[in-house]
Amino acid sequence: MNTQWEVVIGLEIHAQLATKTKIFSGAATAYGAEPNTQACVISLGMPGVLPVLNEDAVRKAVIFGMAIEAEIAPYSVFARKNYFYPDLPKGYQISQFELPIVGKGRLYIEIDGKPPIPIGITRAHLEEDAGKSLHENFHGSTGIDLNRAGTPLLEIVSEPDMRSAKEAVAYVRKIHELVHNLRICDGNMQEGSFRCDANVSIRPQGQAEFGTRAEIKNINSFNFIEKAINYEVERQIELIENGGKVVQETRLYDSDKDETRSMRSKEEANDYRYFPDPDLLPVFISDELKADIKRNMPELPDSKRKRYGEDYCLSLDQVEYFLSEPSFAEFFEDTHEEFKQRFDIEKAKKNFIRDDEKNLIANHIQNEVTQISAKLVANWVMGELLRRLNKEGLSVEQSKISPERLAGLGLEIAYGSISDKIGKQVFELLWNGSESADEIIETQGLRQITDTGAIEAIIDTILAANEKQAEQYRGGNEKMFGFFVGQVMKAMQGKGNPAEINKILKAKLA
Amino acid sequence: MHNKTITELAQGLRAKEFSSVELTQHFSNRVKQHADLNAFITVTEDFALHAAQLADVRIANGKAELLTGIPMAHKDIFCTQDVKTTCGSKMLDNFIAPYNATVVGKLNAAGVVNLGKLNMDEFAMGSSNETSFYGAVKNPWNKNAVSGGSSGGSAAAVAAKLAVCATGSDTGGSIRQPAAFCGITGIKPTYGRVSRYGMIAYASSLDQGGSMARSAEDCAILLQTMAGFDAKDSTSVDVSVPDYCADLNKPLAGLKIGLPKEFFTADLNADMAATLETSINEYRKLGAEIKEVSMPNLKYAIPAYYVIASAECSSNLSRFDGVRFGYRCENPADLNDLYTRSRGEAFGKEVKRRILMGTYALSAGYYDAYYLKAQQVRRLISEDFKNALNEVDVIFSPVTPTPAFNIGEKIANPIEMYLADIYTIAINLAGLPAMSIPAGFINGLPVGLQVIGNYFDEARLLNVAHAYQNVTDFHKQSPSL
Repeated sequence: MNTQWEVVIGLEIHAQLATKTKIFSGAATAYGAEPNTQACVISLGMPGVLPVLNEDAVRKAVIFGMAIEAEIAPYSVFARKNYFYPDLPKGYQISQFELPIVGKGRLYIEIDGKPPIPIGITRAHLEEDAGKSLHENFHGSTGIDLNRAGTPLLEIVSEPDMRSAKEAVAYVRKIHELVHNLRICDGNMQEGSFRCDANVSIRPQGQAEFGTRAEIKNINSFNFIEKAINYEVERQIELIENGGKVVQETRLYDSDKDETRSMRSKEEANDYRYFPDPDLLPVFISDELKADIKRNMPELPDSKRKRYGEDYCLSLDQVEYFLSEPSFAEFFEDTHEEFKQRFDIEKAKKNFIRDDEKNLIANHIQNEVTQISAKLVANWVMGELLRRLNKEGLSVEQSKISPERLAGLGLEIAYGSISDKIGKQVFELLWNGSESADEIIETQGLRQITDTGAIEAIIDTILAANEKQAEQYRGGNEKMFGFFVGQVMKAMQGKGNPAEINKILKAKLA
Repeated sequence: MHNKTITELAQGLRAKEFSSVELTQHFSNRVKQHADLNAFITVTEDFALHAAQLADVRIANGKAELLTGIPMAHKDIFCTQDVKTTCGSKMLDNFIAPYNATVVGKLNAAGVVNLGKLNMDEFAMGSSNETSFYGAVKNPWNKNAVSGGSSGGSAAAVAAKLAVCATGSDTGGSIRQPAAFCGITGIKPTYGRVSRYGMIAYASSLDQGGSMARSAEDCAILLQTMAGFDAKDSTSVDVSVPDYCADLNKPLAGLKIGLPKEFFTADLNADMAATLETSINEYRKLGAEIKEVSMPNLKYAIPAYYVIASAECSSNLSRFDGVRFGYRCENPADLNDLYTRSRGEAFGKEVKRRILMGTYALSAGYYDAYYLKAQQVRRLISEDFKNALNEVDVIFSPVTPTPAFNIGEKIANPIEMYLADIYTIAINLAGLPAMSIPAGFINGLPVGLQVIGNYFDEARLLNVAHAYQNVTDFHKQSPSL
């Protein structure tokens, strides 16, 4: 056989929207609570209860729609998808069918630096999640946990535009980064906040019509998406090349065995008997609401990546870390913003650590200042702060140092009041106390000594006590310079201004 | 005491002629005395007496409302916290509601005394109260006759003076038809006027709660507390509730009444036609103008209704699956068996019939021909009413084709039973308010006059009904029990 097969992939992504309460009730959506403690009478589908739409879910869906430049339906309708399942309390799922809230949109994926590939998004619609069936520890019975029932989902349906597992993964990563950075989904794949089903088919290269597709369910990591699709493609090729036919069916990916298994065929598929939910009114999105959402639209990840890389000159690692941890990026931005607000250029002119930087500031090259300050703040956020949070198992939201106080520390360093090293000491005190950085520096007497007279006096003493080493330096052993810096710093308990020390030492040792 | 109106009872309570506890005891005794009517599914005497004690304190403190201390009862479709709520079905025979319907909560806040839960057709599907798991309700005027349905227990209890007034719900005539059969007054308000939260759904786009009492005035008082926007019901409408009693005595001079020619045909039962003619003449005397109107699409109302109502019910009743509450079959072999037997054993024939019809109507390949077509018809019918109500203030019609038929007479023939709702169903499709008021007797059985009004024009309907009740005494007649 020498047929060249083309792979065709379309994806359905379910992103849980990060709302505080469920899509049709006031029950909490937090993950990991004791079973059924977040199941109110509405989550339980009790007789007589009615759904009321959570406006925040609508808002988040619109944010997504705007991010992919899709048409936002001025009028969309909730429909009931009818089927029986124990973790579906009402016997129907409230979803959207004919009139989804988000229409056609697109985004671009990039692979290995090649030109961007556009991927069409057919639609995105709002729906409620089902509960969970628990098959373990129930002695042959099944336990039902309805905490998740009614959690808002945005189902994002792509066009069959992807031609390889690699492209599919790139697309899923892109959507993941998008919804995560838009702060509409927490993106946690382990907890099921972001799930993906893949429709996979193959066709001979050049053929216009699509082959018969199989839908693969239950792929819950980026890694598995690639594996599951590749397995399925191989299976279909082998099947066809051996004279078989692909049947339209739903297959389950088993990550332990790295294979897909038939779950149900088209014949067994449910007739969902969709019809407009008479308990809910159509959703109207006014121009005012759209304008309001647009005004408050979070920055798109592509723009953020560009800004962090080009404007801030952060390292690639830093940029990618902030993109993958939007709450961290937010903390960074808040700290940086605070830093810039309070930054006193005159103070910095006098004391900024490096001469070249001092010149930049003196020349009022604002972009450069931004770069320097952004890097300084980024280093602290991703350095000490991240280390400390990880050590204590805290999220950035639980940081004991607010962006305001961390910015205070950064400013003291920028002004040359303290060195990086003393900065770490101050960080400790900030973490464990409530004082501001300058208060700590003042009360602990940590301020850097920049008085040249005082530094000169100490250097003179040290040089006098270490004549041999001075000779070695003058004889060409440049390493000895570091020795003297260390001695001076030690004598000054780390509070000497390193730039000044360097300058004076160099002059005296010349 | 049981002959008094709400206003008279409220005065008596304030004047300390009797206490709410005495009043409640009196009605509770009547409920027990006339248990053969089968109007109640659950009697909550202890709850009632406790509520009555609280009401007496409230009255003594001068903080009473008109309804404080008044013994009434709820159709068993309304969820009542800690009280069994069956919806007339074996499916919910063990269901103790964990919360109050909005209507129940509002009435509790007003201080009413709830005597118990009233019998009804299973899940409100029926026109004779014969589909109830708890058996048919007997018509107080003739115990061989049906009470009507689905709010048959409400109608019979009020007619027999076992409760001062009652809640009901109306999806295709379920307040108006039993009200007519039992000779009482009932109002189905505009769709969205009364919250549906906690009222177990039959057909969500048609269901509407309302009040049933012996007079228009009492209906007005009860509706006053029931009505209003509810944030828990997205289909409830945020329109302010007028004072329903304020306009009760407005003169009717100049009122324009429309008679749909499609309803007043040669097919109309001669006795019914004569009775209605007498009523219409009373209105002429009160200064109303009578005009013929035409609503050509009314003839499609029954098929459209049964498609839409069945489709919605097939989905609404899916939650009764034996998993979380309600009836569960013994020793299910597997999940499918659990579903099939729980539902098979606990739903009655009529409920199953409508679930099957609805499932069929929504199925792939049939949706357009049935559900979508029915929705189109629904819009045409609404247009018909809109046009007619541009010409007239209210529309009159019969409530039922005949007075109450006998128990067992029609239950074997669903089509004939469905046709019993021919005059009421279109109003639900249009979402309009309508009333049934006692208009006379045929062979000793009461018949009603239906008054249909424009959206949110309940005050006018109550005014039209009250004016009639000022000059007639059909509503004051009592069955001899």
